[in-house]
This record gives sequence, C-alpha cells and structure tokens, in this order.
Amino acid sequence: MALLEVRDLRTYFRTDDGIVKAVDGVNFTVEKGKTLGIVGESGSGKSVTCLTIMGLNPKKSAITSGEALFNGEDLITMSKKRLREIRGNDVAMIFQDPMTSLNPVHTVGKQLVEAIQLHRDVSKRQAKLRALELLKAVGIPRAERRIDDYPHQFSGGMRQRVMIAMALVNDPDLLIADEPTTALDVTTQAQILELMDRLQREFGSAIIMITHDLGVIAEIADEVVVMYAARVAEKGTVEQLFTRPHHPYTWGLLGSLPRLDADTERLVQIQGQPPSLLNPPRGCRFNPRCPYVMNICKQKEPDLRPISDEGEHLQACHLDEETKDREAAKLLAGTLAEAS
Amino acid sequence: MFRYLVRRLLWAFVLFIAVTMVSYIIFFLVPAEPARLVAGPQAPPDAVERARKFLHLDEPIWKQYLRFLHALSPITFEGARPEVKEPSLGRSFATRQEVNHIVKAAAPVTISLVIGGAILWMLIALPIGILSALRPRSLLDRAAMVFVLVGISAHPVWLGLLLSYFIGYRLGLTPLGGYCDLINPSTACGGPVQWAHAMILPWITFAILFAALYVRMIRANVLEAMNEDYVRTARAKGASEATVMRSHVLRNAMLPVVTMLGMDIGLAMGGAIFTESVFGLPGIGKTAVTALEGFDLPTVQGIVVFATIAIIVFNLAVDLLYAVIDPRIRLS
Repeated sequence: MALLEVRDLRTYFRTDDGIVKAVDGVNFTVEKGKTLGIVGESGSGKSVTCLTIMGLNPKKSAITSGEALFNGEDLITMSKKRLREIRGNDVAMIFQDPMTSLNPVHTVGKQLVEAIQLHRDVSKRQAKLRALELLKAVGIPRAERRIDDYPHQFSGGMRQRVMIAMALVNDPDLLIADEPTTALDVTTQAQILELMDRLQREFGSAIIMITHDLGVIAEIADEVVVMYAARVAEKGTVEQLFTRPHHPYTWGLLGSLPRLDADTERLVQIQGQPPSLLNPPRGCRFNPRCPYVMNICKQKEPDLRPISDEGEHLQACHLDEETKDREAAKLLAGTLAEAS
Repeated sequence: MFRYLVRRLLWAFVLFIAVTMVSYIIFFLVPAEPARLVAGPQAPPDAVERARKFLHLDEPIWKQYLRFLHALSPITFEGARPEVKEPSLGRSFATRQEVNHIVKAAAPVTISLVIGGAILWMLIALPIGILSALRPRSLLDRAAMVFVLVGISAHPVWLGLLLSYFIGYRLGLTPLGGYCDLINPSTACGGPVQWAHAMILPWITFAILFAALYVRMIRANVLEAMNEDYVRTARAKGASEATVMRSHVLRNAMLPVVTMLGMDIGLAMGGAIFTESVFGLPGIGKTAVTALEGFDLPTVQGIVVFATIAIIVFNLAVDLLYAVIDPRIRLS
C-alpha cells in the first residue's frame, strides 16, 4: 500500500467574485521513503494541494472533496482530533518563507520542544535534548547555545534548517516541503537541498517537494507531477519526464530552464499568463498558450492517460504520440545542440 | 541598557523644557491681565500695579521663566555652594496656595480615575475584541461593532449625565458625584469601599470610549496575527486551536496593545476633563480648567509639569516593558 494516495482531490474557495477552483481533480501517490516532486507555475495549485492534505486551508472559505489516504486513513474526512495527532507527528510540513514561519516571540528551542511535547509524553528536559539532537543533525553550529536564541537571531538559511529540524523532530513518515528553497539565496538553496537529501536517507521519510524549479526536481525527486491550472498535466518518473516529456506545458518548462552550457541571450518563456481559476478556459486549460493548439483542444478537456509503452507515465494532451515524440526529441536535441 | 536609560532621561529633560517653555509663551500671548483678576475688578490702578509687582508679572517673560525653573530645580544656587532643596512649583495667583499642594491633592483623584478606568476598559475590550476576531461577521462581532460605534460617538459628558441621572438619581445606587479618599478619610467619606462606590460611574464613563477603541484595535490585531505564517506552522505541528491562540496568536497580538495602553494612560493622566467635570471630581483636569479660567499661571504650569512627567514616565515604562515581552527589541 502506498504511504499517501490522493484521489480526485478538489479544493474550491468561495470568494467575493465567485468560486475559485484552486485544485480540480488531482491524483497521485507517494511511496514510503520516496520523493515526489510537484512542479508548476505560481497559482497552479501545488501549495493548495498540500495545504489541503494537511487540513490547513481556511475553514470558512474552502470546500474540499476527494480522498487523501495516508496509511489507509482519509485525511480529508477524519476527525479534527485524529488529524492533529497525525500533523507534526506522521506528516510534517516545511513552508516557503522561513523568515515568517517561526514565531518571533519564542526561542527556537521552545518551538521545537512544543512540537515534541504535542505528540510525546516526555519531560521538558528530555524534549530539549531531542531538540538539540535535531538542531545538530540539520547543521546548526554551536547548537547548545543557539537553542535559546530567538528566530530573528538566525539567518534565512539557518531558520529554514530550524524549520526542517522542527518538522523531523517526531520522525515523520511523510515530509511536505512547500518551496523550501524559494526564499533563500542560491548557495543556501543547494545546502538545504543537500541537507534534505541526507536527512531523507537518515530518517527514511517520504518527501513531497513542491517547487517551480525543475533543477530542484532533477536533483531530489523520484517521481514528478506537473501541475497546470489546478490539474495534473503530466506525471511520471524523473527519467521519463526529462527524457521523454509528453505535454507541451512540460516542454515549455524545460525550454525555459537556464543552461550553464549554452550561450543564450535571453531565457525562453511560455507565452501568455496562467488562466484565471475563477473561469478557466474551455477544453484543455493550456490551449490559449499552447503553440500546438488544435480544434479539439478548445472543445474537450483531455483526460490524464498513460503513454502507450510507458504505463506509469501519464499525460493530458490531445496531440498524437508520434508528434509528441518528434517534438520532444527536437526540444532535447535542440538543447543538446546548444550545448555542443 | 544603562546608556539607553541615560539617553532617554536626557531627552525627557529636553522635552520637559520645551513643553514648559511653550506653555509659558502661550500664556503670555493670551490678552489677559492676571494682576487685574487677582486685585479684583474694582481695585484702583495702583493696587493692580502692586499686584503685578508682587506676582513678578512686571518682569520680562524670560526672567519669569527662569524664576520658575529655578524654583522647580531640586538644587539651589543662591548660596555660596549649591544646595539641595525641595522643588517648588510656586504659589497660585488666585489662592496663594502652594501649587505643590494643589497638584498633590488633585493627582490621586485623576490617578484613581485613569487606572481604574484602564482596568475596566481592558476587562471589556479584551474578551470582546478576541471573541469577535475569532468569529468575524458573527452576531457577537456585529453587536461588538455597534458597541464600538456607540462608544466612539457618545460624548463622555452626555454619557456621564445619563449614568448619573438614571443610576445615581433615579435608582439611587451610586452617589451623583464627588470624590472619596481611598486611604485617609479627609471629609465626610473615605476608605476603599466608599471610594470605589463613588468612582463606579466615573470609571464607566471614562472607560467606554477607550473600551470601544480597544475592541477595534484588539480585534484587528488578533485577526492579523491569525493569518501569520507562524500560526500556520503551529497548526502544522499539531497544536490544538486553544494552544495556537494562547501561545502564538494572543502573545503577538498583544504587543501593540501594550504600547497603546501605556501611551493612553500617560495622556489621560493630564486630566480626564469631561468625566471629572460631570462628576465633580477635583482631579487634574478640573483643576486645570479652573486655573485656566482664572489665568492662574503657576497652577497651570504645575499641571503641565505633572502631565509631562506622567507621559514621560509611562512611555519609558512601555519601552522597558516592551523589551521584556518582545525579544526582537533590544534597548541600545
């Protein structure tokens, strides 16, 4: 059984302008100890998907349906009490902005101890020892002294390490990381990714890594879900996605990657803007921006279906496979040509 | 910390000089003749002239101001060596009473009113503000907003008169006005029970406006704090809503409230004029009004000095307290 199985997850928000369909029928699974990457532009529904799994959406405006089976238990419909037992204990989350995600008026030690004591019946001293152990594990220098410091006394990268320590303190089975490196500078990003990679091997947690950075995906993920406008555009292993991408949107993402080995004047971009989720385009949601658009794309929304000879590789595009293989090969050859 | 205190006190001194100087200048710009008021409307010109001389009103304004400062300074330079003396605010033009005594008699009344009122307004504003933030747009929230509107719009004089008419006169539950000493009974009444009894209506009158303002402020702060990322982090850790509120939301939402509370209390120490007038409380505000009507400069200055010190002290207290409750603030 998969660790997490998300089935037809939908999250709608009531707003003054109408219903925003932020997540609209998303399916994926996460296996024990594996890393799933979720990529997409801002507003594609990646974060909301994970906040929905954690039950962290605003209660008043969010309408949720579908299932998120965690070890067979549905996180969406379970009692608040049971969900609280799981949150921070079996499923933990790291957020995008480490500058604001820690409470400024408590020491980091206190915040870690709180995370431990919410789930373990241990004394404050024992909890503090465990907290210290984790701070050391995430590479906070002089952790014995820094444990009594306040968040504002840490740099952004160090704060994100504290967040990671706090998430791992109860040895979770699943760690959800919502763009953990976006707010950090590039060298710190690399350090944090390396740290997460190492900790995953040590702790054996599965990870859902939300990002819009395909570089991060290539480095850390086993499987990838590409989201566009609240739906899954393509899903497969990292190898499949990087060697045989089958959705024009994925091509766009890959094409817009900056390359160290190519001498390009400016980055390639996907034309147009992501659609409004209040009123998404008819048919395929990518059709207004797609260079390969056909008549059917404007009429019928494509299903997410497997590619004929790769059963695990799913994509939602009307183009025929031959064309796609040809275009994908051209794209990859193009980047290869640039590289040489 | 020590350096911070020294710097703050130096600034306080500068502020103090500026405030008293400005109030002196304003007093002399007003076209009035205190000497005539003191001597009486029928007094012959030479009597008025004598009064002017006696009150040093014939001297230039800077000399009078220096005389005031010298009397106020705790050190005298009149002898061969500087000596320590008691600071004096001089004597009232109108009654020849020492202004020190006037302020000392009026201050406890205003302090009772303001501190009691502040406790009352926080007791009202905290629960209402927090609950209406927890349930925005609920019935309670809407009722609270009506209270806020009424509280801000209702003038303390009107409110005080209504309360004193209905509760004091018609129901006879409280005295109509007047003050009772808290500690040593000086007049007919005194002691904690009678003091509190006499102060109930003034406290309510004084507190309503602030309660209304604070309900709004607390509601806004709590709502804002509930949307902070660290509150989401706390929920993600598995904390219950009660824990999230107590240790993450409220702690942060109360920081600005502490600042406002200190500033408002300091300001109000300068006299809650309307409330004191309605209930005939002989506090700082009422004394100031009487002194201004009689162009009694020394008394007015005495009150300015008292109010300035109160504001400086409360602001300093807020800053020191803030450094304790908000770890991001370092006094340096």
